[in-house]
Amino acid sequence: MSARGSSRVGKILGFNAVLVYIFLYAPIALLVVFSFNDNRNVAIWTEPSLRWYGQILQDAAVMNALRNSLVVALISTIVSTVVGTMLAISLERFRYRGRGVLDGLAYLPIIIPDVTMAVMLLIFFFQAFGLLDSLTGISLTNGLHTIILAHIAFNISFVAVVVRARIAQFDKALEEVAADLYATRWQTFWKVTFPLILPGVAGGALLALTLSLDDVVVTQFVSGAGSTTLPVYVFGLVRRGVTPLINAVSVVMLLASMILIALSLGLQRGRSGRAADEVVEPASMFERVT
Amino acid sequence: MEASVTLDLEQAATKAESKRGFRIGLPAYVYLVLFFAFPLVLVLVYSFASRSATGLTVLRNWNVDSYERIFTTPLVLEIFGRSVLIALATTAICLLVSYPFAYYIATSSPRVRNILLVLVMIPFWSNFLVRTYAWRVLLGSDGVISQISQALGGEPVRVLFTISAVLIGLVYGFLPFMVLPLYAAIERLDWDLVEAARDLYANGWTAFRRVTLPLSMPGVVAGSILVFIPSVGAYVTPAILGGARTVFLGDYIVSQFLAARNWPFGSALSFVIMFVMLLATMFYFRVGAKTL
Repeated sequence: MSARGSSRVGKILGFNAVLVYIFLYAPIALLVVFSFNDNRNVAIWTEPSLRWYGQILQDAAVMNALRNSLVVALISTIVSTVVGTMLAISLERFRYRGRGVLDGLAYLPIIIPDVTMAVMLLIFFFQAFGLLDSLTGISLTNGLHTIILAHIAFNISFVAVVVRARIAQFDKALEEVAADLYATRWQTFWKVTFPLILPGVAGGALLALTLSLDDVVVTQFVSGAGSTTLPVYVFGLVRRGVTPLINAVSVVMLLASMILIALSLGLQRGRSGRAADEVVEPASMFERVT
Repeated sequence: MEASVTLDLEQAATKAESKRGFRIGLPAYVYLVLFFAFPLVLVLVYSFASRSATGLTVLRNWNVDSYERIFTTPLVLEIFGRSVLIALATTAICLLVSYPFAYYIATSSPRVRNILLVLVMIPFWSNFLVRTYAWRVLLGSDGVISQISQALGGEPVRVLFTISAVLIGLVYGFLPFMVLPLYAAIERLDWDLVEAARDLYANGWTAFRRVTLPLSMPGVVAGSILVFIPSVGAYVTPAILGGARTVFLGDYIVSQFLAARNWPFGSALSFVIMFVMLLATMFYFRVGAKTL
């Protein structure tokens, strides 16, 4: 504990840590508690009830938005995980002309602000559909497909960064040994490379899933009539005011996040002895950004 | 003779390898060019376009009116200034709170450290909109904080829909972005160096200032960028916690597209905000490189 200096410094550090944890958790905890409140007024406690959770199931708009969210998140995660992993392997393991451009292009979606990304894709789909209409007479509008395409566009980069961190960690010699033992490239990939980078791929996929389920700004810009996702729908409700129904929907969304966290922790624990390293995977990813 | 054959073979193998690498990267290349690079150029093009009388964007009569409007309208400059200031304040507060916090986690025993880290990761991975919404409930005029204040005989708290509420929301939203890179930097610090400083009669504060802090600078830089960038362009937080009088860049840009329907002006704003962020990133790079 010499790193903490005197015991007085250690005490102050400990106290600060307790305050930070209270700050991080109190708002979430209160939200969960009040979602079980029977009262119409969100701030006044009357008695516990599951009334608002029951209402979610009967609310067609919420259920529709939830379904949309799941479809978008699932498809965009699968596609961006495959394409992003290939991108990571290509950038980390090979040298070729045009690689530098691709490298820069792969980082930009992470650095660029949400709002700019949203504006870019709004104008793009508007122009592309306009062009398509004038050339072929086929008229397309925004909908779930545009949301999925947009989510893939920002998720590829995040998956690639996480997977690259993983590839950089393992020894290239392992692949070369496999090749020396007459394994084909395909066998080398599935028997050696893929198992080694799997935690990174899984981490990237979970990050993509989380980002997709979180996104409000980009989705709001590229969604069409009747194709809102749950966060966009809730965002619209929140702007009009606070209701107990939003509390309950929020807790359902929190629960989804918790399941994803539990999954990622469980997955990493199974793969590595040093769980602490794996937990910081996103942190190491940020360092690669800078 | 033999040597040159081997060389040729090697060259051919390298060529085949680089072709393979390119092919593996190709799907991402195509996707990012089509759905990222091309749209980015479109925004730039739109920012020089003009508007018809009915508010539609006309891709003729190219002009720089939108940019002129940004830099000559006091209201827009005010919004710009407010956004940069609140982003700086958010970054500073996050840094001040997170550094001792990350230090505490990094110097805990490995077993405790794991638990403490997971406790930071949970809010980090939790839905951002929901976390912001929680403050809307907390800060409301009949919210829990106001109720506590009144129960203690104080005034009802009127923070919601002010700049303070937005600041609280941003700090709350982005705090984990600061903690994690700081933790990573402090955790892998070589404590022998700190010890050496102490052996050379540096006191605790001097050892921290001259050794620990400079060594953890990559974490400070990474965390600051990660908090500053999303704070400048924040949209969800001001929209939920801010008021009509505290417009920030993010919601201002969105309103240009969804309400005012002034796409050229909105495009110019989006481009300028991106430029500010690239500048900030480059500035941090420089500072970071100097301190390393």
